[in-house]
Amino acid sequence: MLIVVLLGFILAFAAPLLHRVAGKYTYVPMALAALAAFVYFCSCLPAILEGALITQTQAWVPSLAINLDFYLDGLSLLFALLISGFGTLIMVYAGGYLKGDPLLGRFYLYLMLFMVAMLGVVTAGNIFSLFVFWELTSLSSYMLIGFKHQKEESRNAALQALLITGGGGLALMAGLLLLGNASGSYSFTELLNRGEMVRAHALYLPALVLICIGAFTKSAQFPFHFWLPNAMAAPTPVSAYLHSATMVKAGIYLLARLTPVMGGTDVWQYTLMLVGGSTTVLGAFLAVQHTDLKAILAYTTISALGMLVTMTGIGSAPALEAMVVFLLAHALYKGTLFMVAGNVDHATGTREINKLQGLGKKMLPTALAGALAALSMAGVLPFFGFIGKELLYEAALEESTTRTAMFAVTFFSGLIFVAVALVVGYRIFWRKTGRQTPLEHGNTPLLYLPPLMLSGLGLLLGLIPAMLATPILRRAAEAMLGEEQVFELSLWHGFNMVLFISLLTLLLGYLLYRFTDRLHALVPRLSRIYRFGPGTLFYKAVKALPDAAGVLTRSIQTGYLRNYITIIILTLLGFLAYALIPNSPSLELADRLPLIMNIRVYEFVLILLIMAALYMLHNSKSRLTSIAILGIIGYSVAVFFILFGAPDIAATQLLIETLTVVLFVLVLHKLPSFHNLTSIQTKIKYIMVSLLFGGTMTYVLLLVKQFPLDSRLKEYFGQASYLQGQGRNIVNVILVDFRAMDTLGEITVLAVAAIGILALFKLQLDKEEKP
Amino acid sequence: MEVLLCFVVGILFSVGLYFILHRHFFKLILGLMLFGLATNLFIFVIGRLTRGGSPIIAETSEVALEPFADPVPQALLLTAIVIGFGIQAFAIVLIRRVHQSFGTTDLDDLDTTEKIETPEKPEFE
Repeated sequence: MLIVVLLGFILAFAAPLLHRVAGKYTYVPMALAALAAFVYFCSCLPAILEGALITQTQAWVPSLAINLDFYLDGLSLLFALLISGFGTLIMVYAGGYLKGDPLLGRFYLYLMLFMVAMLGVVTAGNIFSLFVFWELTSLSSYMLIGFKHQKEESRNAALQALLITGGGGLALMAGLLLLGNASGSYSFTELLNRGEMVRAHALYLPALVLICIGAFTKSAQFPFHFWLPNAMAAPTPVSAYLHSATMVKAGIYLLARLTPVMGGTDVWQYTLMLVGGSTTVLGAFLAVQHTDLKAILAYTTISALGMLVTMTGIGSAPALEAMVVFLLAHALYKGTLFMVAGNVDHATGTREINKLQGLGKKMLPTALAGALAALSMAGVLPFFGFIGKELLYEAALEESTTRTAMFAVTFFSGLIFVAVALVVGYRIFWRKTGRQTPLEHGNTPLLYLPPLMLSGLGLLLGLIPAMLATPILRRAAEAMLGEEQVFELSLWHGFNMVLFISLLTLLLGYLLYRFTDRLHALVPRLSRIYRFGPGTLFYKAVKALPDAAGVLTRSIQTGYLRNYITIIILTLLGFLAYALIPNSPSLELADRLPLIMNIRVYEFVLILLIMAALYMLHNSKSRLTSIAILGIIGYSVAVFFILFGAPDIAATQLLIETLTVVLFVLVLHKLPSFHNLTSIQTKIKYIMVSLLFGGTMTYVLLLVKQFPLDSRLKEYFGQASYLQGQGRNIVNVILVDFRAMDTLGEITVLAVAAIGILALFKLQLDKEEKP
Repeated sequence: MEVLLCFVVGILFSVGLYFILHRHFFKLILGLMLFGLATNLFIFVIGRLTRGGSPIIAETSEVALEPFADPVPQALLLTAIVIGFGIQAFAIVLIRRVHQSFGTTDLDDLDTTEKIETPEKPEFE
């Protein structure tokens, strides 16, 4: 499998080059590559059908225990065959659909990339590989939806799909990691056997919620469904491949894969049944309201995906059986119908069903494919879709607690499917009408052969299900159930309840079809409701984001220095409070009260001097006085340094203080005198902030001094400075010897400041240079 | 004494911050300097105080004898004071220059480049 993936990647990136060489025949190597993958997976069939499990491991980041593992069982193989087989047809179809497109090479790059990534998702053997490939499918889907990048609609749709599925991907990553923690293993081989452990774990619920979000966004479940119809902006081969048959089923695959681990609990069942059921109904309901062929198909796809989720949620043996059968049937007919819609669009230039009439005779092969697929979709007797539909009904009726609701959901979507099938397979081709939609050009074999083959397969599987479909489907269902399963697919179940319901569905569906036009007339009245739909909300949220960012920026970035400083100070205080309040250390001031007595008179005088100076500084209106007072404070601090054994600092402080005062007087003497710029309220606010800050600093200082200081450095420098540094002044030795590089840095800073000052003095703006 | 100094540091921080929050350039510089002093004292006090006892090894000895003040905060402080001076000097010249070009001493007037005035006679040439 590693070779398949690697060759696929290489071929994907070679596609633009191939296109330069092979031109319009680029589809040949691409289709052959997909076919090779299909054949490879077919060769795995015998082993898997015997119940074996194929795993491969490739060391990737062994130090983090992240490996490129592959895990192939019945479920994986079913998906892998679907992806590679369908991929082969789509590669051919795209060659016809985008013939002459100058960017065809790029298109094949994305398409091949997607196919490989999707194969990676379904064969991944651990959650890391799964996640990496999962994200790759989102990315390639983004590029494919936005392939017609000149159109704003395409770009928006692509971005929306990326945001939704990408956001879901993030949730998925978190969920998978939680799952890994809960089970103690990241590899499926072990993970899948630890269901009991995971379901009992405290992390089960959060993991389930996050994984469900990932799966629901990917598989377009309500309320994340809205990206899928918009994704129809992609070229039709993409819609047929990614957005009906494969990528949107990645979410289903994930849920199916994890069924043995996470399934079976009430929360799992009801979540999946509720979300899946509402998606089924909503998708079906919206499908009949649209007149764009691809939109109709997109909404029925959403409905079908909802049905698959519902069945996974029910989780009983018949439900899972129905799920895999319906999955395959749906992929076959929906892929075909998309290609049919694409052919019609290609030939006539429109997808509006009201403009399309009488195309049957001119597009006979396409019409035939459409008819076959539509019959399968409607669930008519010899087709594979019929078996799928029967099983869905059986599973819905067997479910005990929510039987009525499940049956209603299935029946409703069944009706709509019949009506839609009639529209797509019959109405646009064969309805008796006076005029015919003119064709711009006919369809080439490249366009009509792939849908014909797919729809033919739908018929073939229906006729002889036991031979072709049953074995692999059985293994796929077993992978979910985790036990051996008797699995019989047959076309004819006898005259029973389910058959009767099927016939009733067909009949009522036909009646519904007769009313399609009247339904469409009702649509404008409904549009008011959609203003509150999640699609609109998403659109509003995306628009609101920059606005909110603007408001936030303007409120934080006011352009006033004092506001920035206030915010910085308040943030610091907030963090300090956060760190200190839970521990609430008390200041044992009472114990230290006697220490206050330990004060010399001159020290007390110095403190008084500083206080008085600060008071005068505040009241001073003159700059020169202020400078002088500041000098007094600086000198007093310097005296403190002398008193407490720091003559070097004192010397520096005295020197610097003198220099500053001199600089002040020289440079600033020409500034105008003070005037009051701030209002009283603002002043009070700033005084509060300042007092709070000063108080906190005192508190922190007192608190720190309560604990003994463990200064091994003091001892070390005391020992070493003469013996190693040959100096008796320890501070000096530290500065010029032990930490000489720091001092060099300090000198550099001074030099930079000096250069800056020089530049400021030299700077002269010419009037001409002014903007 | 140490307890009292803690309060001195707090008061210096308060007044320094209050000055920084002013709109007037000059007060801003005063505030910066006070804030710098407060920070230096903060580091000094937090490294414990020792009366007398400079961290200087006596002629008669090869190693420093207790009690002597912790030399590490002192070394840090020396660097801090010098760098602080660099910043102050630059700030002083900068506001001089801004006043020369903009004709204002109000920080809030510095929200646009339109007000730049070229002085008639360059002063520092």
